[in-house]
Amino acid sequence: MTWIGRSLPRLEDPSLLKGHGTYVADHADGALHVAFARSPLAAGEILGIELPEIAPGGGQVFTAADLHGVGVIRPVLNRPDYRAVGQPALAAGRVVFPGQAVAVAVARTAAEAEDLAEQVFIDIEPQDPILTFDAALAEGARAVHPEAPENVLVEGNLKTKGFDEAVAQAAVVIELDLRSRRQSAVPMETRGGVASYDRATGRVTLVASVQMPHMLRTGLADVVGMAESDLRVIAPDVGGGFGQKMSLFPEYVVLVWLARKLRTKVAWIEDRRENFLASAHSRDQAFFVRGAFSAEGRLLALDANLKSNVGAFSCYPVTCGVEPLMAFGELPGPYVVPEYRGRSRGVTTNTCMMAPYRGVARPMLTFTMERLMEKAAKALGLDAVEIRRRNLITSFPHRSPTGVVYDEGSYLQAMEAAVAHVDVPAFRARQARARTEGRYLGLGVSVFSERTGYGTPVYAQRGMGIVPGYESVDLAMDPSGNVEVRIGSSPHGQGLKTALAQLVADEIGVVPDRVRVIAGDTDATPYGWGTFASRSMVIAGGATKFAAEAAADKLKAIAAKMMEVEVGAVVLDEGYARVPGTNKATPIPDLARAAHHQSQRFGLEAGIRTSGFYDPGGTFSNACHICEVEVDIETGGVKILRFVVVEDAGVLINPMIVDGQIAGGVAQGIGNALYEELIYDEDGNLLTTSLADYLPPTALEVPDLEILHMETISPESVTKAKGVGEGGTIGAPAAVLNAVADALAPFGVEIDEMPATPQKIRLAIRNMAIRNTRAPADV
Amino acid sequence: MKPAAFAYLAPTTLAEALEMIDRIGDDGKILAGGQSLVPAMNFRLARPGTLVDINGVAGLSGISGDSARGISIGALTRHAAFHTPPFSGPLADLLAKVVRNIAHYPIRQRGTFGGSLSHADPASEWCLVTATLGATLHIASLTGTREVAAADFFRGTFTTALQPSEILVRIDLPPLGAGWGTGFYEFSRRKGDFALAMALTALRIEGGTIREARLGVGGVADRALRLAKTEAFLVGQPAHAETFAAAAAMAQDSIDVSEDIHAGADYRRDLLGTVIRRALAEAAA
Amino acid sequence: MSDKIKITLTVNGTAMTAEVEPRRSLADMLRDDLRLTGTHLGCEHGVCGACTVLVDGKPVRSCLMFGVQANGASVRTVEGLADGDRLHPLQQAFWENHGLQCGFCTPGFLMLAAGALEENPDMTDEEIRDVLSSNLCRCTGYQNIVKAVRLAAEVMKAGPAPQATRS
Repeated sequence: MTWIGRSLPRLEDPSLLKGHGTYVADHADGALHVAFARSPLAAGEILGIELPEIAPGGGQVFTAADLHGVGVIRPVLNRPDYRAVGQPALAAGRVVFPGQAVAVAVARTAAEAEDLAEQVFIDIEPQDPILTFDAALAEGARAVHPEAPENVLVEGNLKTKGFDEAVAQAAVVIELDLRSRRQSAVPMETRGGVASYDRATGRVTLVASVQMPHMLRTGLADVVGMAESDLRVIAPDVGGGFGQKMSLFPEYVVLVWLARKLRTKVAWIEDRRENFLASAHSRDQAFFVRGAFSAEGRLLALDANLKSNVGAFSCYPVTCGVEPLMAFGELPGPYVVPEYRGRSRGVTTNTCMMAPYRGVARPMLTFTMERLMEKAAKALGLDAVEIRRRNLITSFPHRSPTGVVYDEGSYLQAMEAAVAHVDVPAFRARQARARTEGRYLGLGVSVFSERTGYGTPVYAQRGMGIVPGYESVDLAMDPSGNVEVRIGSSPHGQGLKTALAQLVADEIGVVPDRVRVIAGDTDATPYGWGTFASRSMVIAGGATKFAAEAAADKLKAIAAKMMEVEVGAVVLDEGYARVPGTNKATPIPDLARAAHHQSQRFGLEAGIRTSGFYDPGGTFSNACHICEVEVDIETGGVKILRFVVVEDAGVLINPMIVDGQIAGGVAQGIGNALYEELIYDEDGNLLTTSLADYLPPTALEVPDLEILHMETISPESVTKAKGVGEGGTIGAPAAVLNAVADALAPFGVEIDEMPATPQKIRLAIRNMAIRNTRAPADV
Repeated sequence: MKPAAFAYLAPTTLAEALEMIDRIGDDGKILAGGQSLVPAMNFRLARPGTLVDINGVAGLSGISGDSARGISIGALTRHAAFHTPPFSGPLADLLAKVVRNIAHYPIRQRGTFGGSLSHADPASEWCLVTATLGATLHIASLTGTREVAAADFFRGTFTTALQPSEILVRIDLPPLGAGWGTGFYEFSRRKGDFALAMALTALRIEGGTIREARLGVGGVADRALRLAKTEAFLVGQPAHAETFAAAAAMAQDSIDVSEDIHAGADYRRDLLGTVIRRALAEAAA
Repeated sequence: MSDKIKITLTVNGTAMTAEVEPRRSLADMLRDDLRLTGTHLGCEHGVCGACTVLVDGKPVRSCLMFGVQANGASVRTVEGLADGDRLHPLQQAFWENHGLQCGFCTPGFLMLAAGALEENPDMTDEEIRDVLSSNLCRCTGYQNIVKAVRLAAEVMKAGPAPQATRS
């Protein structure tokens, strides 16, 4: 019997279901509470900070002037075009985005800390805020940071040799001017940290809602100026991250500093408004792209001018290069792009820092390539599926013009499977019928690749000063036969502990219940990078498999000795070491006990302790999404009627978990496509600071998905599994927006922006109808 | 965020509550369902010095009457009391239809009819119902009870005729008996979100001709608006799409629409026409 | 600072007293004063629903009620759903159908569904989805939550009455 491939209910769940999960706020017992006084303005010089008069015992307030010896957060990217900008823990001298922390209040309760924080008066000489990339790139624009006089923090440029010639040969050149508005990952649990000082050892323990505890410890120790071993970082149960919780934030620096300064325990639980204002934003991008096609619909060359508004700072450790450089490097997606000219800039503004959010750049670049295919098909009189057939990558390995090497995928096959499943001709008939009734249905296709499970080589190529990528795993079996697996990765809702237990169970022959996976504690786990970038199942999974194989080898060796057979004759299965063809069997707990208590018998190191390490080059999952919508042309409202996913993520360790990742990702993609938008007014005030203004989809906006699977095995993953965390979010916006565009085809309306809100859709229809008198009447 | 500190009083009789708010004056605030007030306090936008919690005041909730005679609603009646029509007839059916659009299920368990009116959010469904149907509001103070017509009650965004020393205690909705058809259409970003525009109507149609009409819109201006001129236009007209389109156009021309991040003036005016047409069509169906 | 007020209430069938500042929300009172941290705060604006608990049988946002308002009330939280190690049908269905990922919103969804199903055990699929749209989940895409509630409703109707969490 194997455990891999089974939809095992998660081992994580019973405690979470009973309300016994412990999230960061549940660790705040006995702590003093912390609240931040934040800049009400987007930009300006701090003339003075007036602190409240505080009665004895009424709390304390600190500013940058108090943070002696504390450095700035300054992530490194080794590229000549990178302008390093330091982020102070508390604003010193000037503020550069609205919501930047300026002072910190400490009091007995959160409410009292907020009472103090709101009495801090920050006297700011305001500057005109620079909020958009157009404003930042305008001739003579004020520099947001003196280190970057042009307001460009990072820039990628590339032109292939045959580009000009390819464009000259094109039968048609399609232009796109696409925009993704600023969005937020919106984990249901906000950020938060509880830092406690241990008087006995002088160590600080920071419990924080984060995705990469080891990395956070490194960054914090560097910035605060302490030895890493004096700091322990724990990621407890984490209420979602989606990338937002993988950066080092100033608030955590302040918490660790406060715990040391006050020699006590301090807690900060971010409120929802702060989370919108000052955690991390994403997606704020404009892509101007031209695609040169042959008469047969083959893409000959791609010309891209990409802008990303990275906000006021560069996120640590992955830097502000993450969006613009991934956009630049992976724009071709699943398509053959023979020639390429690209320019991609990360532009700094007086807005909240941009950091990774599920999908990073790829929702927008998939939207771009998929709109490009649709528009080219229309211009050339080709079917939209047919033009994709002619351009999808079908021979592997494939090297893109930006140097990305694609291992084998099923781009074309996944699309064909999805198209067949949907029954496009039947849809077209329904669509035609509906139109006669004044109802507008649309079908949208999205084909994409999801680069997953990549190790240090890929990050090193980006020039990152800190090169993440590998994972380490320590495995031990205790004398009772239970397994502990300590991983450097840091899951926060993905179900990784269950999936790894299934892997180990198959290798060692125990039930998954006997496998405890320990993660998210720098004192208890080997150094690793955490959970992000669709990597954990591949990399932590691979390292776990290696460790488990080594443990299995040792168990077999012990069993062979005990049963007096050759090692090769022993198999581990269902809790026993057996010798097939005989009735010889030894319970695994007996082997474990012997390994610890009769070690002299085996000539081996006592106990069962192994480790695994994995640093793969990376692989690609791929998928095709097809979405069916109905657009209410009078209101601009969009209803999603159907959503089909054909996913190829290799071998599914736990299919239920994989489908859950896809469904959750698609829901976020639907939010990104239709609902979610962070809006600053002209003065730099963020207008969307509650979940009543910023609109994640609810159960009514997200349909039940139809999910089908394909299985392409990659040698770049020893578990044969590929990452699947981001794909839903990467592909869904393009499918939804292509469907909206298809529904509105009779009006000639272009969908060039996400989210496509009812207002934008309705006004576009109306403006087009006014312009075009031959459009359907009565709109 | 946590709210600023306040003092808390929990009267058990109306007299006691009136005495308290009279004594406290401007610094006090009545806490009913709290589904709008408390979020504002948690943002520290509202910072009352004293909360007078009327949830324990006897005799303020309950529904009586019927569709033909009119309905009397205690101010502390929770929205959820209308999840199923309290009795038969067009008026009760309309209330049961409208209530499903008020925020979400748990909010409707706490939020109150009178609280919605007193808060006077421009996108409040109950404000629209009372304004359109011409409700009478009963307002108590230490000096007695006065009656105010809904038309005079709503003064603007979050502004009403209520004085700090007064409590809204009861709302009387006039009858909508047999022969009336009702329509309600609301458009919001997601169901349960604030209306970007909504229209409520009741029509009495005989032989295809509109004999009587009520029409109001919400979420489009600083308060719910009853459209008397459009109502007058509708009476005597045939109940068909052209009439409804003309009525919608009339309303669109007459209202200075509001703007917010989800709907600029242009879009909201456009939407206004759509919700009116759809509500009228539903009432005539 | 306003003075603390002493209240008594029933939580998950047990009589309790608490002494709280008026500004303490019911959620914070449950979490910080009564040490029932299963109730989570996701927004404090009444929108996300992570803090949903049952007050006198009705699902409400515990961030929009003050603790003092629960004086004399019967409150049920996620900690009271299971009967010891025996999961409530809703919990069991969420587990078997992968109705949770990070688990932060889960207590709110469980209590929302528990309250709604007690009011109407025969909700249609459409009604279930409508009720569940009250709360936000960022992980699951909802489909497994909807499925779990639908299946739990069947179990609750068929099986023995839900466990002894009612007071």
